[in-house]
Amino acid sequence: MTRGRPLSFYVLALAFAAYVAFLYGPTIVIFILSFQGPAGGLTFPMNGVSLHWFRRLWAGGGIVDIGAAFRRSLALGLVVMIMTVVLSTLAGLAFRRRFAGQGALFYVAIASLIVPSIVTSLGIALEFRVLDDTVKALGPDWFTDEFTSAAGLFTSGLGAHLTWTLPFGLLIMFAIFNRFDRRLEEAARDLGATPWQTFRFVLLPILLPSLVGVALFGFTLSWDEIARSSQTIGAYNTLPMELRALTTTVTTPEIYALGTVTTGISLALIGTALAVILVLRARQARQGSDAGQGV
Amino acid sequence: MITDAAPARRHLAISARLQALPLGLVFAAFFVLPLVLVVVVSFWDYNDYQIIPSFTLRSYTESFEGCLDELPGLCTIFRTYASTARFCAIVWALTLVIGFTVAYFLAFHVRSSLWQMVLALVCTIPFWTSNVIRMISWIPLLGRNGLVNGGLQTLHLMDRPVEWLLYSDFSVVLAFVHLLTFFMVVPILNSLLRIDRSLIEAAYDAGASGRQTLWTVVLPLAKPGIVIGSIFVVTIVMGDFVTFGVMGGQQIASAGKIIETRLAALQFPPAAANAVILLAITLIIIRVLTRIVDIRREL
Repeated sequence: MTRGRPLSFYVLALAFAAYVAFLYGPTIVIFILSFQGPAGGLTFPMNGVSLHWFRRLWAGGGIVDIGAAFRRSLALGLVVMIMTVVLSTLAGLAFRRRFAGQGALFYVAIASLIVPSIVTSLGIALEFRVLDDTVKALGPDWFTDEFTSAAGLFTSGLGAHLTWTLPFGLLIMFAIFNRFDRRLEEAARDLGATPWQTFRFVLLPILLPSLVGVALFGFTLSWDEIARSSQTIGAYNTLPMELRALTTTVTTPEIYALGTVTTGISLALIGTALAVILVLRARQARQGSDAGQGV
Repeated sequence: MITDAAPARRHLAISARLQALPLGLVFAAFFVLPLVLVVVVSFWDYNDYQIIPSFTLRSYTESFEGCLDELPGLCTIFRTYASTARFCAIVWALTLVIGFTVAYFLAFHVRSSLWQMVLALVCTIPFWTSNVIRMISWIPLLGRNGLVNGGLQTLHLMDRPVEWLLYSDFSVVLAFVHLLTFFMVVPILNSLLRIDRSLIEAAYDAGASGRQTLWTVVLPLAKPGIVIGSIFVVTIVMGDFVTFGVMGGQQIASAGKIIETRLAALQFPPAAANAVILLAITLIIIRVLTRIVDIRREL
């Protein structure tokens, strides 16, 4: 293995490094600028170093109620995450066998991924308008007096996010099961395990690291969603929608501080997920096989 | 024993359908039915206050208003679609070249699989962070007093700030490439990693140059990944209104923004009609791309 690297390696390595710099450079710049001094502006030079803009963000003075938007996004993200993991695991299991409508379901999932988000969002908005009108026309008075709309964060909003996260979850499950050794399940069945026991004690421990990956996709895709949320989220905006609105109105480094906080949360989450995956993998490597260890 | 097998299999098939049911229900309620409604409402009438459920082609004729009169010139909607298609083509070409280069480096030049994973992760992590924040983060670089303009002036390459860096076609393309190259890297890398290394050895042994091997062996085998990545990039740019809005300073029209503008005015039927038009064009593009490769076989 003392073969030297060809010239193309160095050229491509340089290109790769440039790509990574392009990918992370801007984020690092706003990270630095978020510590701008109180008199500093949106660009360099740094006018002193301070936590001024973070403090203002925390106090919530200059900007709309970011805290509430933050909590809404967090709650929605968690629900989307759990539903994505559960529904895609179930569907992933189902797709290993033949069932009626399998092909159709697959193509619907793919379509949901590639139909422009604004079209899906508009469709769900129309659906809830029709639903609201129907309820108002047919519902009993005591109910319709109070009723305004069925659309909201955890009805239309949740559905809109799931149409985006579930296809990813399903595709990841396909990738996982394609590499899955089915003999392990057959062995469990031969040893008399019930389907539930096979799932709980054989499949689940093996799948767990991948499921953490699905969870990461489920949460982050929801946490960052704008296009599908735009028509479906109801009266109150999620965090990315507030952020988008702020891009046109806020002209202080406060928006960078917000960016740093948001990115920090994402990174903490990604780090946690990756650490959990590594720990689970290590545990599998340690306990997974007793081959060659005698009786 | 043999007599037991058939009912057991049927039992399994039923449970498979039950397992897939929740997913199917979500897609039925929040994707299939909404799409049907978009098509239906696009043929409905409307006034300032409400949607009127009676059949009319009004939304479509209004969308294409004046298109025949202005020939051979382009009317607004055709101009917007042509402009969006142009953005699509530029972003597609850039993400393809950059994405392929990155994936090629990871697949063929990084020898340890640990490093391969770490570097692939480095490319993936930004995908999990906020897109809007990643757009905003170009402002201190590209703005009038930003780093790029500062650098150009310090080096005396320019005597006044370059205005077209931010809130321009340029910044829209830059942001798209920044956000979407990921969608090319992952499927292309997946295709490249599946290539049997002995094929490349064989090409080398048969006297092929590096470039010949790339064009006649690697590239054809990477086609599935390229097509999947292309579908993502093209459909996202076609339907986008957020990136066009934020990076274009709300000044650049796009196919997705037409719909958003109609919705902001609460004109649901015209919005739906434009959604149907956008959907039709997107589906045609995907149809062309999937003729080249069967997606399902590649997973």
